[in-house]
Amino acid sequence: MPKGLQKYLRLQAMPTPFCPGCGHGMLMTAILHAIDEAGLDINNMVFVSGIGCAGWIPSPHFNADTLHTTHGRPIAFATGVKLANPELKVVVISGDGDLASIGGNHLIHAARRDMPITVICANNSIYGMTGGQASSTTPIDAISKTTPSGNIERPFDLCRLVGASGAGYVARYSVVPLKPLIKSIITALNHNGFSFIDVLSPCPTYFGRMNKMKRPVDMFDDLKKRCKKIKKGEKSEEGVIPIGVFVE
Amino acid sequence: MGKLVALTGNIAVATAMRQINPDVCAAYPITPSTQVMEQFSEYVADGLVDTELIATESEHSAMSACIGAAAAGGRVMTATSSQGLALMWEMLYIAAGMRFPITLACVNRALSAPINIHGDHSDSMGARDSGWIQIYAENAQEAYDNQIQTVRIAEHMDVRLPVMSCMDGFITSHAIDSLELLDDKTVRDFAGEYKATHPLLDVEHPVTYGALDLQDYFMEHKRAQAEAMKNSRKVILDVAREYKKLSGRGFEYFEEYYMDDAEIAIVILSSAAGTVKVVVDAMRAKGEKVGLLRPRVFRPFPYNELSDALSNVKAVAIMDRADSHGAEGGPLFMEFKSALYNNKKQPIMINKIFGLGGRDLMLPDIETVYRELRDIKNTGKIRTVSEYITVRGEEAAYGKA
Repeated sequence: MPKGLQKYLRLQAMPTPFCPGCGHGMLMTAILHAIDEAGLDINNMVFVSGIGCAGWIPSPHFNADTLHTTHGRPIAFATGVKLANPELKVVVISGDGDLASIGGNHLIHAARRDMPITVICANNSIYGMTGGQASSTTPIDAISKTTPSGNIERPFDLCRLVGASGAGYVARYSVVPLKPLIKSIITALNHNGFSFIDVLSPCPTYFGRMNKMKRPVDMFDDLKKRCKKIKKGEKSEEGVIPIGVFVE
Repeated sequence: MGKLVALTGNIAVATAMRQINPDVCAAYPITPSTQVMEQFSEYVADGLVDTELIATESEHSAMSACIGAAAAGGRVMTATSSQGLALMWEMLYIAAGMRFPITLACVNRALSAPINIHGDHSDSMGARDSGWIQIYAENAQEAYDNQIQTVRIAEHMDVRLPVMSCMDGFITSHAIDSLELLDDKTVRDFAGEYKATHPLLDVEHPVTYGALDLQDYFMEHKRAQAEAMKNSRKVILDVAREYKKLSGRGFEYFEEYYMDDAEIAIVILSSAAGTVKVVVDAMRAKGEKVGLLRPRVFRPFPYNELSDALSNVKAVAIMDRADSHGAEGGPLFMEFKSALYNNKKQPIMINKIFGLGGRDLMLPDIETVYRELRDIKNTGKIRTVSEYITVRGEEAAYGKA
């Protein structure tokens, strides 16, 4: 974590509980960097998170108001926060299992009603906290604790889902490299309406080790290789993960 | 003598499920019960069972899918804990009201907030009025034994109610224990084949489940459900006796430890009873007449048998690993108080709330409770009816007499 950003952290709560090679620490840096660069006052922000590894990104680490809620419901809690005090900038930071699986209904409805909050989904394609079970974003054929012979269910494309639900800003980036992600978070935070970023963050401990990417660096290399910007209307090739801004 | 193995409580339960070979399992991962379904999904992947397993998107969906599968005539099982059971709440009542013999392994864990993943009984105690039969296990062996018995109890034609088989999170679910397994054929024969009575998809006999039922018949249906719960008393007893013949193990409604001549006693559920036994042994060695009563069946509450078991005791501490804020004490305490109300001989009763969120209950803590009971027995005076123990701050005590 760069020295200049440490003022945003509760240093007594460090180190984070993230495994070696987890992308969530990088996403944490990217979010704080974006807040700093956008010149936002963290005292006027509320960070809402759910259950799962990603719920730990803001809570208890951010030196700001944080609301750590139940599994799948942070967007519903955040809706309440925003309605009670519209002056606050409300940011939901949680995982794919939380926001898109158990809490998928809240995600599409907040997008539909254009609730002015920012949702950052730390997407590691798996339930990490409970030990690596398939979630609604686990790719087909991927091995997990609940799909030992390969996943047979199709994953969500969260950007298409949230975009189709009416969100005003929808983007996808991975935690490598960090710069375009930071830029996207700044745009999302300044967006006047519902904004959503699907952040690809590797889980080497569970996803990587079960899927032939034994070292954390293998997962980062894989993301670097497969994430590509796709022009509007263009079809992506097999295996490519389209990144960039999809709705603005 | 069966096969002696070393397993965690979760894997013991998953093994029982494999041996029973249910038709459908629907579940969602939650600590500390996750391992049950993880292990079971390996059995499915390896073709050791014929079960259709679905990893749903929430526990609400998991129990909904279980109900659907049971309505279609399947033998159905699931596992969950804490918030997962809480999210199933709405569906728990539906499962019981529709009289589906679904069985659920409940790995007890505290309820949020604040977030806590460790063992206490807040989750299943909150579900005590949902119409599910509830059985509590002390250790992995009993969790395995109970799991096998659940199908027989649930599916009995005089019952047809869902059964929740509970064990303590982490202490029982994750610790490796030595236990004896029955062989697959014995379990399969004991469980028998499930025959659904009025399944969907029987085109010759179309049925409707869950339809509107107002002032005209709702109450009769609820009464029928209450009668089924009453009927389960005998069935639980019969099944426990039959299982004991088969395995040489097990208890009926409760376990008594040195209760014959006990003057003071502790009543406690699940794994903490194991710790209490150590204290009982030590105090008995010094000639003190102390005993332990560990209920196994909480719903239906065997009030006659349990109150009889306590009728010769002078003072008893009911120890609750859950609280009912604003009530006179924890849920177990309240059950015992009302159970003993009609007894001519009544012990003096106190209540201790312990172990919330997995806080350890140590040997000296239990000894302190027995010492307090001894003083109560000698003086007839109660200091406090109900209080939290092993907790910081005097202000945490409440319900002072």
